[in-house]
Amino acid sequence: MSDYKADFPVFAAYKDLVYLDSAATTQKPRQVLEAVEKYYREENANPLRGLYELSVKATDAYENARESVRSFIGAASTREIIFTRNASESLNLISYCFGDLVREGDEILAAVSEHHSNFLPWQQLAKRTGAKLKFLECDKQGEYTADALNAALSPNTKLFAIAQVSNVFGRVNPIKEFADICHKNGTLIVCDGAQSVPHMPVDVHELGVDFLAFSGHKMLAPMGVGVLYGREELLEKMPPFLYGGEMIEYVTRDGATYAELPHKFEAGTVNVGGAVGLHAAIDYINSVGFENIVRRESALTALAYEYMKQIPHVNIIGADSAAEHHGIITFTVDGVHPHDIAAIFDSENVAIRAGHHCAQPLHQHLGVQSTVRMSLAFYNDEQDIERFITTLKSIRGRMGYGG
Amino acid sequence: MADNFYNEVLIDHNLHPQHLHELPCATCSNAGLNPTCGDSLTLHLSIDGGVIKDGSFTGVGCAISQASTDIMLDLIIGRTPDEARHLSELFGRMIGGEISDDELEELEEAGALQSISKMPARVKCATLGWKTLDKLLGEQITGGGS
Ligand SMILES: Cc1ncc(COP(=O)(O)O)c(C=O)c1O
Repeated sequence: MSDYKADFPVFAAYKDLVYLDSAATTQKPRQVLEAVEKYYREENANPLRGLYELSVKATDAYENARESVRSFIGAASTREIIFTRNASESLNLISYCFGDLVREGDEILAAVSEHHSNFLPWQQLAKRTGAKLKFLECDKQGEYTADALNAALSPNTKLFAIAQVSNVFGRVNPIKEFADICHKNGTLIVCDGAQSVPHMPVDVHELGVDFLAFSGHKMLAPMGVGVLYGREELLEKMPPFLYGGEMIEYVTRDGATYAELPHKFEAGTVNVGGAVGLHAAIDYINSVGFENIVRRESALTALAYEYMKQIPHVNIIGADSAAEHHGIITFTVDGVHPHDIAAIFDSENVAIRAGHHCAQPLHQHLGVQSTVRMSLAFYNDEQDIERFITTLKSIRGRMGYGG
Repeated sequence: MADNFYNEVLIDHNLHPQHLHELPCATCSNAGLNPTCGDSLTLHLSIDGGVIKDGSFTGVGCAISQASTDIMLDLIIGRTPDEARHLSELFGRMIGGEISDDELEELEEAGALQSISKMPARVKCATLGWKTLDKLLGEQITGGGS
């Protein structure tokens, strides 16, 4: 196995760190940090407006990043790729710009396991328009079925929101099948790719989704850059999101015409440094290769899962097969509060997450108050999993429980 | 961070809390919420003749919030609301890292939570019960009760 950690400076700065919180944000490889620094050192100017060489370079850097995202997710045109701050902003953008696509009496359907970012914007849209928000329920294994979706859709369902991979279950949802079902019903499908795009090949055409949102910082890129993919004909119909510089064609005292896609949705000076970082992250991911990434992450997930299953009083949330976890294992330990579990891991320099993982409706659905989540990436190794397991085994003992 | 952070006092109060139960004779109750984790607890007091005669708490929480609240109730039962407010102020200062050794002694077992002052992520857990106490006693004054 290659030592990918050598590419990530944080592991040199923090030698003893076992980082198992990549679903929250990934660490950044040297190649990304260097690309961002090079941009600011050698190519920085305000893009899109300057009529001089440096500004043209900045514009190119930004638009090349857009092209790299386009080809990474298989979109037809760069007009369909909008840069945002993160997945949350991408999802909010859709909900604010839905215009009259959703009206009073319509229905919006959301999967119950959604991250608050793919749920609160729809709750708000429903409130603003008088539409009704309904939930698609999953079973204890985190599985959604086509039958349940068919039953939940009505002739008035305008939109269905679901993640490709849940940030709690780690399970892959059958997006392609669901997209077909939705389209037959005249329903648009919004896919949250925050946890899938970094870890598996995602092709928007193959999936057939109408929108896909994801965050750069969960895929090795800097914080502050995210992506919204939208089908061109839908984006054309939608009004702008924010108003200001760069998103106009012509402005008079009492009106304006708006710029072409994708600039219509990118008001103000954009985050070129972030986009350049995302471009470098995509190059890095491609150089490692998804085949490698998927193989490594599956092997590490299986290793952790099989150990965890044998530890008494550890309860894994979701599917009872490692193959359905995709680098994310959420769990509880009998008698020990998740925050205390996280503190004990922290005392051993193992970084994991505790809480409701921004998925409170799901926790209510599962009947647990909060949980602990370990999430990995290809830069983790077997020793990381062993350190995680050793600490996990010690937790009940340290909290005063015998045996 | 200290490996022995979950010391015996804390573990004991978490595993065997004396005051985790309903309080049918309560004269006042107040709910506190820790917004960072969603944990909540409700504090119940029975105040009679200017003295906290009894107290309890209900709800779920981490070892730190549970133990801290249990220790707090040990300390304040039998005291006046003014004395309880004074202890709460001391506790707040201990967590803020600004307390003298003499004052620390006044806090008795609650001193076991002193190292929280170095763990910003857990401050809200340690102070949940105490903040709820402050609110409850504050309401007693403004409400003109007891
Ligand atoms: C499934 C999912 N959707 C959306 C988000 C929100 O991402 P961000 O905070 O980068 O907007 C996250 C990350 O926390 C996530 O896991």
